[in-house]
Amino acid sequence: MKHRGLFLLQLGFTLLVSAFLIVPVILSILAGLTVNYFVGLESGLTLRWVIEVWTGYRETIFLSIGLSLACLAVTLVLGVPTAYVLAKRQTALTRAIEELLVMPVAVPGLATALALIVTYGSVSGFRTSWAFILVGHVLFTLPFMVRSVLAVLSAIDLQTLEEGAASLGAGFWSRFRDIVLPNCRAGILAGSLMVVTLSMGEFNMTWLLHTPFTKTLPVGLADAYASLRLEIGSAYTLVFFLMIMPLLLGLQAFAKPRPVKFVAEETE
Amino acid sequence: MTDIGKPLAIALQGCAKTFADGTRALEPLDLAIHAGETIVFLGPSGCGKTTTLRIIAGLEEPDAGGKVLFDGVDVTHLPIEQRNVGMVFQSYALFPNMTVAGNIGYGLKIRKTPDGQIRARVAEMLAMMQITKLADRRIDQLSGGQRQRVALARAIAVRPRALLLDEPLTALDAKLRDTLRLEIDSLLRSLGITAIYVTHDQAEAMALGDRIVVMEHGRVAQIGKPREIYQRPATRFVAEFIGTMNRLTGTTQNGVFSCRAGDLAWNEAPGHATEILFRPEDIRIAESDEASGLHGKVAAAFFLGDRTRLFVEVGEARPLVVESTARREFNHGDAVRLSIDPRGLLVL
Amino acid sequence: MRRDVQRLIFLLLPAGIFFAAFFLLPMARLFFIGGSGKTGWAAYAAILIDSHYLSSLISTLGVAAATTVATLIISGISGVFLQRHKFPGNAALVAMLTFPLAFPGVVIGFMVIMLAGRQGLIGQVTQALTGDKLVFAYTLSGLFMGYVYFSIPRTILTVMAAAEKLDPKLEEAARSLGASPWRVVLDVIIPGLKPAFISAGAICFATAVGAFGTAFTLAAKINVLPMVIYTEFTLSANIAMAAALSFVLGAVTWIVLALARTAAGSTVAAAG
Repeated sequence: MKHRGLFLLQLGFTLLVSAFLIVPVILSILAGLTVNYFVGLESGLTLRWVIEVWTGYRETIFLSIGLSLACLAVTLVLGVPTAYVLAKRQTALTRAIEELLVMPVAVPGLATALALIVTYGSVSGFRTSWAFILVGHVLFTLPFMVRSVLAVLSAIDLQTLEEGAASLGAGFWSRFRDIVLPNCRAGILAGSLMVVTLSMGEFNMTWLLHTPFTKTLPVGLADAYASLRLEIGSAYTLVFFLMIMPLLLGLQAFAKPRPVKFVAEETE
Repeated sequence: MTDIGKPLAIALQGCAKTFADGTRALEPLDLAIHAGETIVFLGPSGCGKTTTLRIIAGLEEPDAGGKVLFDGVDVTHLPIEQRNVGMVFQSYALFPNMTVAGNIGYGLKIRKTPDGQIRARVAEMLAMMQITKLADRRIDQLSGGQRQRVALARAIAVRPRALLLDEPLTALDAKLRDTLRLEIDSLLRSLGITAIYVTHDQAEAMALGDRIVVMEHGRVAQIGKPREIYQRPATRFVAEFIGTMNRLTGTTQNGVFSCRAGDLAWNEAPGHATEILFRPEDIRIAESDEASGLHGKVAAAFFLGDRTRLFVEVGEARPLVVESTARREFNHGDAVRLSIDPRGLLVL
Repeated sequence: MRRDVQRLIFLLLPAGIFFAAFFLLPMARLFFIGGSGKTGWAAYAAILIDSHYLSSLISTLGVAAATTVATLIISGISGVFLQRHKFPGNAALVAMLTFPLAFPGVVIGFMVIMLAGRQGLIGQVTQALTGDKLVFAYTLSGLFMGYVYFSIPRTILTVMAAAEKLDPKLEEAARSLGASPWRVVLDVIIPGLKPAFISAGAICFATAVGAFGTAFTLAAKINVLPMVIYTEFTLSANIAMAAALSFVLGAVTWIVLALARTAAGSTVAAAG
């Protein structure tokens, strides 16, 4: 009976924690749909705020979508080959490379953004284009793609599979195309969802990297929180939720989200 | 059934292998493998047998100076994908992203064989290995024995010049191993292909090999037909690694070997043999009224059904292992008399 | 063989060039710019000497430490509980607890405002109960709340993955030897989860030190280092000082993670 009590105690605690995380989400969704949040729900429900956000801020939404897809493309091109090499060779050098790649996640985004600005800020065409933000996003999301693909590649006996393909006459690129890529599909999928989700929400760097013409969704959110009424901030947040919801559901369905780890690990 | 073309003769000349960390896996090795023969590399783990196979396959390059010749042509620097050898891996290395048929047809696809021909060849292979029903299965839906068959079919489908098998049965349980050993044997005979088979299991080596290469510490200990290896081992390592070997220590004088357990008449005894070796099946338990032979005491007896395996204490460091088909019962402490067939005696 | 190595290097090249051009080079530049201001290289010492910077460093580290401890306790309890007890609704709870995983800092800040802001739930409830409206969103406490909110989802995931790998037989063995549930927690579960705690804790700490969005949303007056850097950069246009401070901030985070790495040794098997 003592165990039953302990169970209920833990369940209650966990429910409280869930409430702490979910209640503000619900509140903000309601606020975005309420005519006047200060008055409360009695004031009635409306889509007015959502429409206002859409007309005023849809550019930021499109930019964020485009940016996250571009970021995905770049991290795929850079990250999958890197993960393959790291899986293939486990030497002190490849471990150092892996550590180094994680640095942009460990180092505060503000520092990375400042470093980029002091180095490339004077390249005017670059500074004012969305490619400038893209660079920051790629730095920040690349380790997630690499780790995700690497985890899958380390779990299979890549070496022997490749030797098997080679014994059947497959050269390097055939092996990469027919054996390596298909077998890390799960990792690529999980990594892709993670990269798009993170790029969509990145703020720490983007706030410094953006220009008035390259405002992303989170930048717009910060603007709205700072200067507009609560209902509009909430409606904007609601739009953000709607956009990342499919990504999060995808992450939960296809793969356990894989936070990047900074501490050495033996097994995956 | 399945045409393979002219079998391949393989030669290794001075092939040594030192790994990046400095370990010497293989001392310089010279070896000629005849066209069409099945040669088995046998030895304990770490003896260099797999390294040798991988050098032949083209997965490793020998240290500078070593050469691999296929039908007299130097292929030392040719990577495996250009050597046209079929390989069966211990873990099978089947591609999880392809079906059974996809795995078997992959080598042909790489060779840009027309689809129709691939289908026909895959069907032929499936039928030969009796796995036609599994054609569309995923690899993770197969049992160990089925995977083994797919791996064999995949390696043979491309009509390789030689078939290389790296401990192909090790991952299977004992009963399945026996069945598949038989199948592989008849497959290799019917194909007439040059086959190189690596194993640490002497029973497998004896059953499959036209010749056996026994290896120890990166060196060849002996090369020979199974019967030679068993009956006339060249070194003590070979003698003790293959089968069970008994040992007696003593002195030889005038055609008589004397040890603690008694005297043994041996006309052809070489000069000053102080140690003789012999197999359990060369010992006979003498009838109790016979006065001659060695005397010993039964230390343990295991009734195995068709025979009894006895451990007989004869005052040596290790008891003798004796196999008896006698119908009598043996008990701990029984006194026995042993006679040894002189034809089975060895001095190394 | 040599061809293989060449191919691998070729495959690493794109990421390598990108990383060198856009991270290593800019970081090196940031370091030199940090020493190029009015005070020269002394800018790097200012964080410890100048009382304004020192106090913000202290409050930054304080919030980060508090966040780490609170998050580990909360996630440890709930994570182990959810991994050990499978009951109807378990999956839904896990989904709810990991939902905010990808919220950016600004949105987290807004969530804190919804709870503890001027029109927040806590304020309304306390006003109804006591007549006094409790509002703390715009202070260090609000920031602390935001960071805990931010860190719970990922820490729970790490704890759950580690708890999954704990061998239940160890607990059964401890109980068969007469250990009470609390002793089992102290002697078996916590030591088993220690590597995961160190790994997840290090990340909590590092994000709390370096995050900017939450503080930015809550108030410009919260005195933590990222806000100070931002102010130096935009309002005072003191780029050298901003560079020096952010370099130090990056170094602090890096050292924390390196220390965690040493503490965890190579036995860490926390998964994610």
